[in-house]
Amino acid sequence: MTFVPFESGLILAAVLFLLGLIGVLVRRNIIFMLLSTEIMLNASGLAFVTASARWMQPEGQIMFIFILAMAAAEVSVGLALIMQIYHQFKTLDTDTLSNMKG
Amino acid sequence: MLNLLWLIPALPFLGFLLLAVFGGRMNKTGIAFLGVGSVGISALLTTLIGIDFISSPPAGHSFNQPLWVWMNIAGFKPGIAFYLDSLSLIFTFAISFVGFLIHLYSAEFMIDDEGYSRFFAYMNLFVAFMITLVLADNFLLLYLGWEGVGLCSYLLIGFWYKEPENVYAANKAFIVTRIGDTSMAIGLFLLVLHFNTLDIQNILQSISTQWVRGSSIAVLTAFLLLGGALGKSAQLPLQTWLPDAMAGPSPVSALIHAATMVTAGVYLIARTHTLFELAPIVQNAVAIIGALTLLIAGFCALTQTDIKRVLAYSTISQIGYMFLALGIGAWALGIFHFMIHAFFKALLFLAAGTVINALRHEHNMFKMGGLRKELPVVYWTFLIASASLAAFPLITAGFYSKDEIIWYSWASNIGSPWLWLISLIGAFITSVYTFRMVFATFFGEQKTPVSHKPGKRIKIPLIVLAALSVLGGFVELPETMGGFAPFTHFLHHTLPAVALRSEGSGTELLFQIITAALTLAGIYLAYQFYFKNVKFTERFKQTGLSKYLYSGCGFDWLYDRAFVYPAIFFARINKNDFIDNMYTFITCLSTALNEMLVKTQTGRIRWYATVITMGAVITLTIVLVS
Amino acid sequence: MLIIFYLSAVVAVVSTLMVITRKDAVHALLYLIVSLLAISIIFFALGAPFIAALEVIIYAGAIMVLFIFVVMMLNLGRESIQQESQLLKPRMWFGPVILTLILIVEFIILFSKIRGQHYPALSISPKVVGVSLFSTYLLGVELSAVLLMAGIVGAYYLGKGKKRILHRYLANTESDSKAEGETK
Repeated sequence: MTFVPFESGLILAAVLFLLGLIGVLVRRNIIFMLLSTEIMLNASGLAFVTASARWMQPEGQIMFIFILAMAAAEVSVGLALIMQIYHQFKTLDTDTLSNMKG
Repeated sequence: MLNLLWLIPALPFLGFLLLAVFGGRMNKTGIAFLGVGSVGISALLTTLIGIDFISSPPAGHSFNQPLWVWMNIAGFKPGIAFYLDSLSLIFTFAISFVGFLIHLYSAEFMIDDEGYSRFFAYMNLFVAFMITLVLADNFLLLYLGWEGVGLCSYLLIGFWYKEPENVYAANKAFIVTRIGDTSMAIGLFLLVLHFNTLDIQNILQSISTQWVRGSSIAVLTAFLLLGGALGKSAQLPLQTWLPDAMAGPSPVSALIHAATMVTAGVYLIARTHTLFELAPIVQNAVAIIGALTLLIAGFCALTQTDIKRVLAYSTISQIGYMFLALGIGAWALGIFHFMIHAFFKALLFLAAGTVINALRHEHNMFKMGGLRKELPVVYWTFLIASASLAAFPLITAGFYSKDEIIWYSWASNIGSPWLWLISLIGAFITSVYTFRMVFATFFGEQKTPVSHKPGKRIKIPLIVLAALSVLGGFVELPETMGGFAPFTHFLHHTLPAVALRSEGSGTELLFQIITAALTLAGIYLAYQFYFKNVKFTERFKQTGLSKYLYSGCGFDWLYDRAFVYPAIFFARINKNDFIDNMYTFITCLSTALNEMLVKTQTGRIRWYATVITMGAVITLTIVLVS
Repeated sequence: MLIIFYLSAVVAVVSTLMVITRKDAVHALLYLIVSLLAISIIFFALGAPFIAALEVIIYAGAIMVLFIFVVMMLNLGRESIQQESQLLKPRMWFGPVILTLILIVEFIILFSKIRGQHYPALSISPKVVGVSLFSTYLLGVELSAVLLMAGIVGAYYLGKGKKRILHRYLANTESDSKAEGETK
C-alpha cells in the first residue's frame, strides 16, 4: 500500500477553501457567491476525508456524507431564494441588495 | 365622661376623611353639616368634659388617656396618648369653640366657592391636628400636631391656588416655619438623647431633678424649643410669613393665623415652663423678643392700608404680649391673654372678611368708609372687638388681660422697667392703629358701594364672639378690683404663679390708671388724625419712614438679600443639574457608540464576509503567536 | 499513488481558479464540475472509494446540475456577461487576495508543524462506512433526512408563484369568463 502524506492533503484542502473564500469576497453576482460557497464546503469535506484516511476510521467519510446532504438542501433552498430575488429586484447584484443596513 | 377625650380630635379627623373621600359627591348642605357638625360636636364634648373636669377633678388634676403604643425602639416608646389638664383644657376649649363658630361662619362665607368640600376638609383636618397638639401626652405626638397644623396652614393659605401670589405666600409660610420646626426637632433630639423618652410629664420631672439651673444643656434645649415657638408664632426674627399669609380666605386667617396655630408657640413654652425656668437666660430672651416684636409690629401696623394686613401685624404684636407674659413668669396671664385674644381677633378677622366680601373684595380700608349704617351688626361687633384689642378700660375683656401683663412686666421679679415702658408704648400704638382702622372703614364717606349683606350664619358667630370679648374678662379680675380670679386659680395646678418684686406691689392701681389713660389718648389721637384732619396723614404717607414701616421694617428686604438671592443664584448655576448630566452623558455615550457601530452594518454580504475573514486572520495570528 | 494525488491536486486548484475568474456562469459551473471530478480522484487515492462515488453522483451530478438549471432558467444573456465584466474590476481582487495570502501562510505554518510520519493508506470499504452509519450515527442519518425534508418543503414554497390578488369585480369577470369558456 502506498501512502499519502497527511499534511499535503490538509494543505490542498486549505488552498481550495481559500480559493472559495476569495470567490465569495470578490464576486458580486449572487450565483457566483453561492458557487464559491460550494467550493468551500467541498474543500472542508476533503479535509475530513483526509483525516479519516490518516486515522483509518470511517467517521470522516460519514461526516462528508452529512456535509453532502446539508449542501444539497442548502443549494436547493438557496437557488429558490435566488429566483425570488431575481423576481423581486430584477438584479443579481448583491451590493444593491442592501435593505438590511443599519 | 372623661373617657370620651379621644373623640375630641377624632371627630374632626373623621370629618376630614369623609369629606376628602365623599366631598365631591355631596351637596353643599351636606358638606356644611358634616364640616361644621364634627367641630360642633367636638366643642360640645369639650364643654361637657370641661364641666366634669372642673366640678370633680381627677387625681393630680390631670387625666391621662393612652390609646396605643406608636413605636417601640430600644426602650423609646412614644404612644398615641392624650393628657388633659387645666392648660390643655383651656386651649382645647378655645380651639373647638372658636373653631366651631368660624366653621359656622364659613358655611355661608365660602358658599359660592367651588372648593367648598375641600375647604371644610382642610379646616377639619386643621382642627384635628391642633387639638392633637394641645392634648398630646408626649413631644412626638405634639410634633405630629405641630407639623400637621403647618401643613394645613400651607394648604389653606394657598387655597385659591390658581393665583401664583397665593402659592408664593403659602410657600413662604411653610418654609419660614420650617426653620423653626427644625430648631425644635433638634431640641427634641437632645431630649431623647438625655432621657430616652419624650413623655412630657416624665421629662419635666426629670429635668427638675437632674438638670442644674443655668446649665448649658438646659439653655441649649430651651433655646432650640424657643426657636420652634418663634417660627410658629411669628415672632422676631421669623415673623415675615404672617402678613403674606393673609392671601388665604378670611375664615382661615381667623382660625389659623389669629386664634390657634400661631398660639402653638405660646402653648409649647407654657407646657415646658419647667425647662424655661431652669434657663433664665432663655426666659429673659422670651420676654425681650416678645417686647421687641410687639413694638415693631405695632409700628408696622400703623402704616398698612390693607385691612387684613393691619390685623396680621396686630396678631404678631399681641402674641408678643403673650411671649412677654411668659418671659416674665406670668404664665397664667399669658394663657389668659391668649384666650381673650382668640375671641376678639377671630371676631375682627371674621368681620373684616364680611366687609371685604360685601364690598366685592376691596381690601384697602381707605377705599371703604361709611359702612356704619349699611352693615350695622358688623359695625357694632367690630367696634366691640377693636375696643377689646385696644384694652378699653373696664368694660372690655382686653383691658383685664393686657393691663395685668403690663403691670407684671414692672412688678415681676424678673421683669424690668424697660419691658414695662415698651409694653406701655405698644399699648398706646395698639389703640392708635386699631381705631385708625375703625374710623377708616366705618366712618366718613362711603367710597365703595355695598353689594352683598351678610346672612344669619355670619351674624350669629360675630355676635357670640363679641359677647365673649366683653364678658370673657370677668373671670380674672385684678387685685384692685376684688381679686376674683378663678382663671388663674384653675391654672395654678399646672402653671406656677408670678413671683413679685418686693417694691412692686403697691403700684398696681397707679399703673392701671396710666394704661387706661394711654388707651383713651390713643383713641383720641386716631380720631384726630384719621377722621377729622387727614391732611397730616396724607403727607406722612409720602415720607420714607412710612414706606419703611409699610414694608414690614425691611425684614423681607433683608431676608431676600441674605437667603433667597444666594439660594436662587446657586440653583441657577446647577440649572443643568450636573448629576442629571452624568446620566445624560451615559445615554449620549451609548447613542454615539451605537451610531458608530451602525456604520458597520452595511447590509452588503461581501462586506460581512470580508469582516469574517479578517476576524479569522486575527484569531489565527493570535493562536500562532502565542 | 502519490503522483496521481499531486496531479489531481494541481488540476483541482487550477480549475477552481478558473471557476472564480470566469464571467460566464455556465463556464464557471463547468470548470467546477472538473474540479469536483479531480477531487473525487483524490478521494480514491486516499482510500475512500465510496466517498469518491458519492462525490461524483451527488455533488457533480445533482447539485451542479441544479445550478445549471437555475442559471438557464434565469436566462442571463449576453448583457449579463458584459455586466459581470464591469463588476469584476482588477482592483477588487486586491484586498481579498492579501487577506487570503495571510491565511494561506498561517495554514501552511500550522499544518507543517504536524511532523510527518507517513501512515499507510488503508482503503475503507463502503461496508464499514454503512455499518458505522446505521449503527453509531443513526441519529445523524435521521436528522439529515429531516433536513432534506425541510429543504424540499422550503424550496417548493419559495419556488411557487405568488397568487395574484384581483379586485372583486375583476375576479368575478374572470371566473365568469372561465365558466363561459368551459360551457362553450
